[in-house]
Amino acid sequence: MSDIAPPTLDLRAATIAVRVRAGELSAAQVVDDYLAAIDAHETDVHAFNLVLTDEARARAAAVDDAVAAGDDVGPLAGVPVALKDNMCTRGVPTTCSSKILEGWRPPYDATIVDRLRDAGAVVIGKTNLDEFAMGSSTENSAFGRTNNPLDVTRVPGGSSGGSAASVAAGFAPLALGSDTGGSIRQPAALCGVVGVKPTYGAVSRLGLVAFASSLDQIGPFAHDVADAALVLEAISGHDPGDSTSIDQGPLELTTVLEHGVDGMRIGRITDLPEGADPDVVERVDQAFAALADAGATIIDVSVPAFGYGLTAYYLIAPAEASSNLARYDGVRFGMRAEAPDTNAMYIATRTEGFGAEVKRRIMLGTYALSAGYYDAYYGRALKVRRRIAQDFAAAYAQVDALVMPASPSVAFRAGDKTADPMSMYLCDTYTIPANLTGEPAMSVPFGTGADGLPVGVQIITPALHDARMFQVAAELERRAPAS
Amino acid sequence: MHPVASLAVVTDTTTADHAAPWEHEGYEMVVGLEVHVELDTATKLFSASPHRFGDEPNTNIDPVTLGLPGALPVLNRAAVEQAMRLGMALNCTIQRSTFARKNYFYPDMPKAYQISQYDEPICVDGWLDIADGSRIEIERAHLEEDTGKSTHVGGAGGRIHGSEHSLIDFNRAGIPLVEIVSRPDMRSPEQAREYVSELRAILIAVGASDAKMEEGSMRVDANVSVRRPGAELGTRCEIKNLNSVRSVGRAIDYEARRQVAMLDVGDAVRQETRHWDENDGRTHTLRSKEDADDYRYFLEPDLVVVDPDAAWIDSVRASLPMLPAARRQQLAAAVGMEPDSEAVRVVVDRGQDNYVLAVGAADGDAARAIVHVKEAYAEAGDVPPVPAGDLAELTKMETAGEITATQAKEILTVLVDNDGGDPRAIAADKGFEAMDTSELEAMVDAAIEAQPDAWAKFCAGEKKAAGALVGAVMKASKGQADGKAVNILLNQKRTQ
Amino acid sequence: MSDRITPDDVVKVARLARLSLGDDELAVATSELRAMLEHFADIDALDLDDVEPMTHPVPIDNVMRNDVPAPTLDRDEVLAAAPDAADGRFQVPPIIGLED
Repeated sequence: MSDIAPPTLDLRAATIAVRVRAGELSAAQVVDDYLAAIDAHETDVHAFNLVLTDEARARAAAVDDAVAAGDDVGPLAGVPVALKDNMCTRGVPTTCSSKILEGWRPPYDATIVDRLRDAGAVVIGKTNLDEFAMGSSTENSAFGRTNNPLDVTRVPGGSSGGSAASVAAGFAPLALGSDTGGSIRQPAALCGVVGVKPTYGAVSRLGLVAFASSLDQIGPFAHDVADAALVLEAISGHDPGDSTSIDQGPLELTTVLEHGVDGMRIGRITDLPEGADPDVVERVDQAFAALADAGATIIDVSVPAFGYGLTAYYLIAPAEASSNLARYDGVRFGMRAEAPDTNAMYIATRTEGFGAEVKRRIMLGTYALSAGYYDAYYGRALKVRRRIAQDFAAAYAQVDALVMPASPSVAFRAGDKTADPMSMYLCDTYTIPANLTGEPAMSVPFGTGADGLPVGVQIITPALHDARMFQVAAELERRAPAS
Repeated sequence: MHPVASLAVVTDTTTADHAAPWEHEGYEMVVGLEVHVELDTATKLFSASPHRFGDEPNTNIDPVTLGLPGALPVLNRAAVEQAMRLGMALNCTIQRSTFARKNYFYPDMPKAYQISQYDEPICVDGWLDIADGSRIEIERAHLEEDTGKSTHVGGAGGRIHGSEHSLIDFNRAGIPLVEIVSRPDMRSPEQAREYVSELRAILIAVGASDAKMEEGSMRVDANVSVRRPGAELGTRCEIKNLNSVRSVGRAIDYEARRQVAMLDVGDAVRQETRHWDENDGRTHTLRSKEDADDYRYFLEPDLVVVDPDAAWIDSVRASLPMLPAARRQQLAAAVGMEPDSEAVRVVVDRGQDNYVLAVGAADGDAARAIVHVKEAYAEAGDVPPVPAGDLAELTKMETAGEITATQAKEILTVLVDNDGGDPRAIAADKGFEAMDTSELEAMVDAAIEAQPDAWAKFCAGEKKAAGALVGAVMKASKGQADGKAVNILLNQKRTQ
Repeated sequence: MSDRITPDDVVKVARLARLSLGDDELAVATSELRAMLEHFADIDALDLDDVEPMTHPVPIDNVMRNDVPAPTLDRDEVLAAAPDAADGRFQVPPIIGLED
């Protein structure tokens, strides 16, 4: 049997923080317990590119000192957090799971790293991902894949597979990932944890290595909705260093968690694209029933352009990525291949440094932007994006939230989809639209499907209504099937 | 054999008449200019690194400047305001604008894309009047970031060719630029030079840039084509490396002649970018447009729309100083000269027009003052040390005939050397006294009597003969006679 | 979008992106991209004449900062992470084969 034992540390992040602040629990003890869990099982999971043993211990000790001195150490005091390895951590390697950035140490911290530190959190490690966040299984990592802790022959999803697995495996109570087309929600669903993509602009992207700038957002993984709310409150809010960041304070989420869904209108999309497995569909139907039971009205709505999201995304995201990844040229940082002239150096560096999926998307994106093709591809995709947003807006005239699958299937076996890129892209069918529209979306575990593997149910609400989304999520969590 | 090789090196055309259109072998030239201007700001366009010159390499850098992973641009408000000022001074419409990425690889381009403005630039549809009275239309002016600087090691003359490696300094990367694009309205090298000079004066006047071509804070590229008058536009070439106003004129003239020579023998002009070589006086192929990269412009997703509201636009407009053209009008009216006369142009260029007006306001003679200022104040700067009142006094003495022109110049020299003074006291010091008219006439009569031959020649119409007579009077008066007055008397006597 | 992408297109695109492809890789890349573009042809059917492109998910405008200098990076730290450096500058091989 290759299954991993459930987390030994049962404490939620919220509880850890309360106890550490009260002096009842030492941050040093917490981090040691988690480091021990990592030590015991990381070789089976491979969630991390780098475990920050010394740094985490030092930070935990600093938190304990601050508590002893009577300082307010923040809402995440002593809580270990795993960071996807595409978030800049000063002086600590940030690789994006790519050879081209192997060993690169950023000279600055991402804004969310600063905010986590200010909240008293302890960064415990940098987690594995699909290279440059491009993928849905974490099989595109240049440093080996991550295994789903619930079944190590299966994928944890992607691209934030390492972060999802780290929480599922009990290596940290919280993790941060990034979501461009579903890269938090889909792995959350496959690993049986909560995963949130907030409204675009709610969390600063400064220091997040860009994949697709108009789609990327940072968000949390947690065991429960309350923990996800806690960390999102700590990291969200306007950042003058990110011009696309919303001019608002931090999200306020925890206050609505007990409100329930009585009187809310929940939308079921009638023209959702097909492709979801029957076991997933069954759980989603159960979710609708549970919400109805809790006093919500389920209303059928149409979002006619929903299915075109995949195409729009796979033209827009690679186009932006082809530009964002052009800076990896061997000149100023990262890997450089030897060559007799600069142009040859560019070509050799990028050809050797990037993996196959990254190169594939760069070429697709370059083509979509190129002279003569812009209007047919990238330009047209931007219009489709607007059309999808219009359809969602029309739906929200009738409902307060939308519910649907997060992933078309439960965790699939490693190697199942690697031969055919399109088959992998289809994993994002249900998650993509919320990235295109910028609306907040999250996945909540809701029972199991085939082979006893977890199913995630996705909730989407209008932009800036993240609290409402959490409200629905909390209710679903309360009514989730036992298994 | 290609006839271009035998093309004579162009001589300086600075003395050419403004009004004469350029023409060569029946062709006219069509010229548009693209001018890049470094804005005067404290920080860079998209990051808060200092905007300074001469610092040690790579000391004004930050994640945005270096294009590090995860870095994000944030727009500099002062740069936007400078672009608005500059645009308004060029009579442009200020509009809602967006930023776009221009994607290409080059080592001094840290992100491998430049953030610029493409579809929606901040300034459009302006114009600029040049000295010969023509109006040159300006299509657009937009914001963009500058690149770093590369130096090449091991090749001849620091060129890329034959170099062993290159070194990159990113201090300049990210500095705010405005690119000003004219319509192809110019028809001669002179017009192009006048456009550049006037543009420069405007940029300095509004404080947008110090616009020094030699230092690279203003860079001019010329698009040149030729055609038979009335025909369609010919193929154009872009000329780069124009480092002075003079080069602009020389290069454009050379390039137009080069193109005419090709067309004359039935060759087609190839659309390309050419490099002007100041030393050999020719343009040379830099790269052909067919090889040019596809820049794949798309809207910059990391930045948002810039839409200045009416209040901001109005306050910027209200803060604009009087522009050079208006200042020339104003000064010309005060001194009774043409706005494009040399004295008016020079004095306004130096920023000394308000000074001349102040002399007039102090009851001085502004027309005399402008002559003195033009001649003696080359180094005086825009706030001349000599108090306007002092110069006013001097001009009053001249108008009253109390001193000669020569004496006035001497007094002026003393004023300039001492940053002011009392002209009357200085005159007294030097023993300058007003010369009595009858005294003067007596001396003139004496000179006529002493040189009858010169007088006869003068009466016969030889104006030059007056010289000997005037000289004699000056000698007799020990330099105190006013040469002009002597000539007037001589002419009076001749016609009597 | 009913045009298929040709190997020549792929070569051009790879050149723009500074990637090199061996002959086998070129064939694979061409067929993969072709398959994707065929799938993506579904958006050809939509009537989008009256639809404005959407580049930003949330409408924000006029984000600017004051013209005040901030601390810069330490040059030594930055150059230490550079693949090659000399004289306080980043060093690269001869710059040929590129636009000036």
